[in-house]
Amino acid sequence: MAYNEKVLDHYENPRNVGSFDKSDDNVGTGMVGAPACGDVMKLQIKVGDDGVISDAKFKTFGCGSAIASSSLVTEWIKGKSLDDALTIKNKDIAEELALPPVKIHCSVLAEDAIKQAITDYKKKQ
Amino acid sequence: MIYLDHNATSPVRKEVVEQIIPYFCEFSGNPSSVHTPGRTAQKGLDEARRKVARLVDVHESQVIFTSGGTEANNLALMGVASRFNFNGHIITSAIEHPSVLQVCELLESRGVKVTRLGVNDQGLVDLESFKVAITPETFLVSIMHANNETGVVQPVAQIANICSEKDILFHSDSVQSIAKLPVTLAKTGADLISLSAHKFGGPKGVGALIVDNHLKLPGLLLGGSQERGRRAGTENIPSIVGFGVAADLLLQEQKDYSEYMLGLRNQLEEKLSKLVPELIIFGNSSERLVNTTAVGIAGLDGETLVMHMDMAGFAISAGSACGSGRTNASHVLTAMGYDGAIGRSAVRISLGWDTKASDIDKFINVFSRTVKKLQQMSAPLTMAV
Amino acid sequence: MKLPIYMDNQATTPVDPRVLELMLPWFTEKFGNPASSSHSFGWEADTAVKKARKQVADLIGADPKEIVFTSGATESDNIAIIGSANFHKDRGNHIITLVSEHKAVLDSCRHLESEGFDVTYLPVQTNGIVDLDVLAAAFTDKTILVTVMAANNEIGVIQPLTEIGALCKERKVYFHTDAAQGVGKCPIDVNAMNIDLLSISGHKFYAPKGVGALYVRRRPRVRVKPVMFGGGHERGIRSGTLPTPLLVGLGAACEIAQQDMESDNKRVFALRERMRHGIMEQLTHVELNGDLEQRLAGNLNISFNYVEGESLMMAIKDVAVSSGSACTSASLEPSYVLRALGVNEEMAHTSIRFGLGRFSTEEEVDFVVKTIVKAVNNLREMSPLWEMAQEGVNLDEIEWAAH
Repeated sequence: MAYNEKVLDHYENPRNVGSFDKSDDNVGTGMVGAPACGDVMKLQIKVGDDGVISDAKFKTFGCGSAIASSSLVTEWIKGKSLDDALTIKNKDIAEELALPPVKIHCSVLAEDAIKQAITDYKKKQ
Repeated sequence: MIYLDHNATSPVRKEVVEQIIPYFCEFSGNPSSVHTPGRTAQKGLDEARRKVARLVDVHESQVIFTSGGTEANNLALMGVASRFNFNGHIITSAIEHPSVLQVCELLESRGVKVTRLGVNDQGLVDLESFKVAITPETFLVSIMHANNETGVVQPVAQIANICSEKDILFHSDSVQSIAKLPVTLAKTGADLISLSAHKFGGPKGVGALIVDNHLKLPGLLLGGSQERGRRAGTENIPSIVGFGVAADLLLQEQKDYSEYMLGLRNQLEEKLSKLVPELIIFGNSSERLVNTTAVGIAGLDGETLVMHMDMAGFAISAGSACGSGRTNASHVLTAMGYDGAIGRSAVRISLGWDTKASDIDKFINVFSRTVKKLQQMSAPLTMAV
Repeated sequence: MKLPIYMDNQATTPVDPRVLELMLPWFTEKFGNPASSSHSFGWEADTAVKKARKQVADLIGADPKEIVFTSGATESDNIAIIGSANFHKDRGNHIITLVSEHKAVLDSCRHLESEGFDVTYLPVQTNGIVDLDVLAAAFTDKTILVTVMAANNEIGVIQPLTEIGALCKERKVYFHTDAAQGVGKCPIDVNAMNIDLLSISGHKFYAPKGVGALYVRRRPRVRVKPVMFGGGHERGIRSGTLPTPLLVGLGAACEIAQQDMESDNKRVFALRERMRHGIMEQLTHVELNGDLEQRLAGNLNISFNYVEGESLMMAIKDVAVSSGSACTSASLEPSYVLRALGVNEEMAHTSIRFGLGRFSTEEEVDFVVKTIVKAVNNLREMSPLWEMAQEGVNLDEIEWAAH
């Protein structure tokens, strides 16, 4: 099972690893997956007054594809409005990273993480 | 020592050995492993599968690697019979390899009906008898492409047509024919084909069953998902790689080599017949493998003849290599009606790509002299009988 | 030092160059079929097969007549389990095995279940070793076969074969052991251990792939039904042309193993301990899976908490190791062997198997330790679980969404 180059790139040079203060009102946190399944993804967004995602960070416990999926979406959602961020589908992620069928669930997790982070942010407002 | 027993086994070709050596030590990973050494092994496996598939003109997913022809035959018959819940009827022939015949016996004990077609004195299965043997219950026909002892080629294309009309699966043991006919196996039209590498310059310990993907065969060996769940066990990578290399070489050289071997064999048969007029060539008027000559000389003992030939520096065989300590005529010759003195006198000469014209000249010379000598020695005995 | 570093010797081993050298002439010059009884090509091949048979027998204290050559341990396991159960089914229909056995054993047992046999899959203790009292209590008057592996392929723990053999002998029940991971690496004596059937794999101890053997006791005689039929090779137990070069290789590997087992094990053990200490001293939250004492000299199976195993393998791509066994690591399921030890799923996902072998070096061990420590630290920095653990969150108390 050879990894796609884009997966390897994100895995070896992950973008936006880290955390924001989750009690900050401008921060939305999404945490999806479960350790027993081998994947846990934490995605955080920082939203500006204009409703645009100004920054994003992630931490992921999971395989290379899970790490790559989360790294990729942090890049994608930065600069997007919340509504635009919600249009990102797991299929887009899987296609961009050329994920094999056994790794599709990684892209599903990433999509879920975006949704959860946005929901969390909205709750705080 | 001159080796003329290529139907028993053949030397591994130099090109093959050269290419498999790295897979023993350097690229020795397990293809089930996801790391680099594992993936390198997997690549070797994939490439070999493509080469074998190309040789028989099938999709690579149709190749199941096995430990050899015997396992391929077992897997084909047991697998198909199991798909039909050991219920129904199989047609085979009386001259099949023991690995087919013995599985048929086992299947019979489990409730499958088995018809074993006879052959005529030329070693051929009769198509009319074959058609008559088919019943509504017939689910499988297993007829070898060419016989290991006589080299006689069966009318597999016609058999395949009849089977396909009646929606019956057709298995053909092609272990002997793969490299010893001018045409490739793609022409046989069988649904399942057994192959073995060591009969044409590949290593021993590896073979394949070619099988249609739609046919879901339960594995013969259990305990791992290798070969898409159809054959458990860590893949024998170096040998499989060697099988692929031998297949590739064969694909390039089949026509030239078969013409070459046929030329030598014709010369052999022509000259021997002149020098030993009482010589019988089994299956003489049938289409035969280009490398195989099986002969009998009434009054001689085949085992004794091969021993004398061995001492004189020629390796030939008294029938097939599988049976041991046999003193009766083989089941193949018996089926052809040679169960008596002629059957017991049978010896098989099988040539290879590496056989030289000068080897054949020497052989003819020594063989005819040895026959004369043995005839003189046994003459009083023959007279007494 | 050449990269990648191979540390996956439980998946397969390279052929020992000394073994390969002895094999080579049998491909090209001495290529006869050992079954060819009529000429010297056949005889010399047959002589080589006889020698190999004796080398294999000597390594396990058997008689050459008790050795049946096969295509590998999977086939040996199939014949031993399915073949002996079917032959003796009039005596009973109960088989005992362990949940942590290799797939070849488990699948053979499942096949027998489908044919009406009863199989007891015994648990193992948290150290991976079967509890002998539990085993003793599992026998019924219908028990005909106990099959327990010599050493585990994932965690390397060695089962108490001598004690199990004694239990079986007392009860006149056949004892089969899948010794694919044991033969050549730990001393095995079929008589001292009362083993009736024993599976051997060539490629797990520096012989080639595609060849193995089955030991079948002659006194008292153990009978098996063949899985493969044909020319009646191997006394009818296993038909098919014998692959002389591979058998020569298997025999040679057995002879080398017998000569060098003690010194090899001593060296490999020292390397493994160097590695274990190196890792354990530099990282917290790591756990060794399986018993430390009753264990193959070259095996380490470690859970690196908060770091997923596959991503760790990717991070150390110059080091060939495995997460779970090689046969299952392409799947997403955590190892059933680790689960059998009571390792929770999360920890099972974080486990890596290191298999050191005859060709491992101190330099390689030091490199691997350095690489692993660095990778684990990096991945923990990236792990939300590690972050929570550092914050004092009890991960077990979180309700995770099932996925």
